Amino acid sequence: MTDKKIRVLVAKPGLDGHDRGAKVVARALRDAGMEVIYTGLRQTPEMIAEAALQEDVDVVGLSVLSGAHMALAPRIMELLRSNGQSHVKVFIGGIIPDEDLVRLKEMGVTGVYGPGASTDDIIRDIKETVTG
Amino acid sequence: MTTSQDILNGNRLALAKLLTKIENNAPEGRDALIELFPHTGKAHLIGVTGAPGTGKSSLVNQLALHYRKVEDKKIAILAVDPSSPFTGGAVLGDRVRMRDLSGDEKVFIRSMATRGSLGGLAQSTANMTQVFDAAGFDIVIIETVGAGQSEVDVARLAHTTLVVEAPGLGDDIQAIKAGILEIADILVVNKGDRPGVENTEKALKSMLDLAHPTEKIFRHHGKSMNVDVPKQNTNTKLWIPPIQRTISTEGVGIAELAELISKHATHLLSGEGWSSRVRIRLQVEMEALIQESLMNRFRQDISKEKYDEVFEKVFQRNISPWEAVKMLMNGRLK
Ligand code: B12
Ligand SMILES: Nc1nc2c(ncn2[C@@H]2O[C@H](COP(=O)(O)OP(=O)(O)OP(=O)(O)O)[C@@H](O)[C@H]2O)c(=O)[nH]1
Ligand SMILES: [Mg+2]
Repeated sequence: MTDKKIRVLVAKPGLDGHDRGAKVVARALRDAGMEVIYTGLRQTPEMIAEAALQEDVDVVGLSVLSGAHMALAPRIMELLRSNGQSHVKVFIGGIIPDEDLVRLKEMGVTGVYGPGASTDDIIRDIKETVTG
Repeated sequence: MTTSQDILNGNRLALAKLLTKIENNAPEGRDALIELFPHTGKAHLIGVTGAPGTGKSSLVNQLALHYRKVEDKKIAILAVDPSSPFTGGAVLGDRVRMRDLSGDEKVFIRSMATRGSLGGLAQSTANMTQVFDAAGFDIVIIETVGAGQSEVDVARLAHTTLVVEAPGLGDDIQAIKAGILEIADILVVNKGDRPGVENTEKALKSMLDLAHPTEKIFRHHGKSMNVDVPKQNTNTKLWIPPIQRTISTEGVGIAELAELISKHATHLLSGEGWSSRVRIRLQVEMEALIQESLMNRFRQDISKEKYDEVFEKVFQRNISPWEAVKMLMNGRLK
């Protein structure tokens, strides 16, 4: 008998100080029964990939409201891959223009969410991609 | 190549995955533990406990930095936070204070939730420390949930237990209540930059004078364990927990604390202390495994129908629970 839990790393990459959304999402995921590792602000892509590896997470959730997502996300995905963690799903939230949304998805990002996104939707999407 | 071989070779991804398997009670986890056991017994396990917000994570961060810079030791950190009793989820936030340690191949930080277990640690914490031990980490630091009660579990697991206090947590004496002194090998007064440090230190000193803890009480599932502890050698000096003041945000007092930790290890090794702690830990672990396997055998031997039938009699007050157990066990588990 195993007691598996969904483990999610919630990280704020770059110099962006808007942490309200990340905290709201972290709490919502906890309330949905997930284990959320919260790293805090000002994480480099290297720090995020390292934490994802040590914590053996199923999902990496990035919160970016600064506009730097197109620089940060690909680098993080590349590091996850080179660490042998290409199975880890990446979710991004924050201020993401529509045209970037398409490109992020093409890069392999699983879910992208903007202001006002429902946490119920986020929870459902994470559960679906991880368990099934 | 087997998982265990990967772990012994220092593969970090394999290590992370094995920790998950052990945490999830997966059978592969137990298989690996069996293979790794001969490689354990080398690491110094340091427990860090204390009330919420006293600065445990910040202290662990500084201590690990010190060990890396000054002693070039390989450090593993297991940071435990509580699971929500309602949803089973958790937010594990100890890493926030440990960002200085990132990018160092000789440091491995793992966060874990209690998953319903009380006493400041999770069920699988002890087994996870064994994996780090086998993987060649010289020091394994275990940060407990900040509960402020007597976290006996960590004292049972660790060779050296630090209890972290800080000024300004309301009633100082209240915060350092019974139990905590019994488990402390070293008392840390953190937030030494805050007003009231002297009072906290004074309160601790006077409590220490009252209660020289000469013996440790180990509990398991609420029961005191009867374990054979080798007789105290009368030549061995008594260890009285020293008090160390620190400022974890600035690294003040950390070198002194590391010195005390190493003195404590020397003290334990010079007498029977080290081996008696290990003995107790292993006996408790075996006891728990025996209970678990007896329980499994019981479940296999006695059908649910039979169990429910007997229980119903208890519920109707036709028989007592004692008679019920006798009835269920008779002829089964001789
Ligand atoms: C509140 C706020 C602030 C607060 C932040 C407080 C805090 N600690 O978070 C303060 C006043 C400090 C602030 C400062 C600044 N801000 Co401001 N701020 C906002 C504002 C009004 C709301 C953000 C917010 O908290 N929303 C509430 C949360 C719950 O929503 P959210 O973060 O969007 O999260 C949701 C989704 O995005 C998603 N999500 C978010 N994270 C994640 C993560 C995962 C894993 C998932 C799955 C989903 C997800 O789910 C959440 C729930 O729906 C926005 C405008 C806006 N409407 O978004 C501007 C905004 C983000 N700020 C902006 C700017 C420019 C700044 C400043 C640079 C201003 C300045 N010149 O000083 C500074 C920079 C601060 C810094 N150090 O980074 C711009 C950014 C422009 C851009 N990206 O191009 C915005 C868009 C305003 C604007 N229209 O110009 N700001
Ligand atoms: N002034 C001061 N603040 C400190 C010191 N050490 C830690 N802090 C602050 O105290 C707060 C809590 O620190 P943590 O290290 O997270 O405390 P903790 O005991 O691990 O907390 P929990 O794990 O939540 O129980 C943070 O804001 C730290 O920056 C110190 O020596 N002086
Ligand atoms: Mg902490």
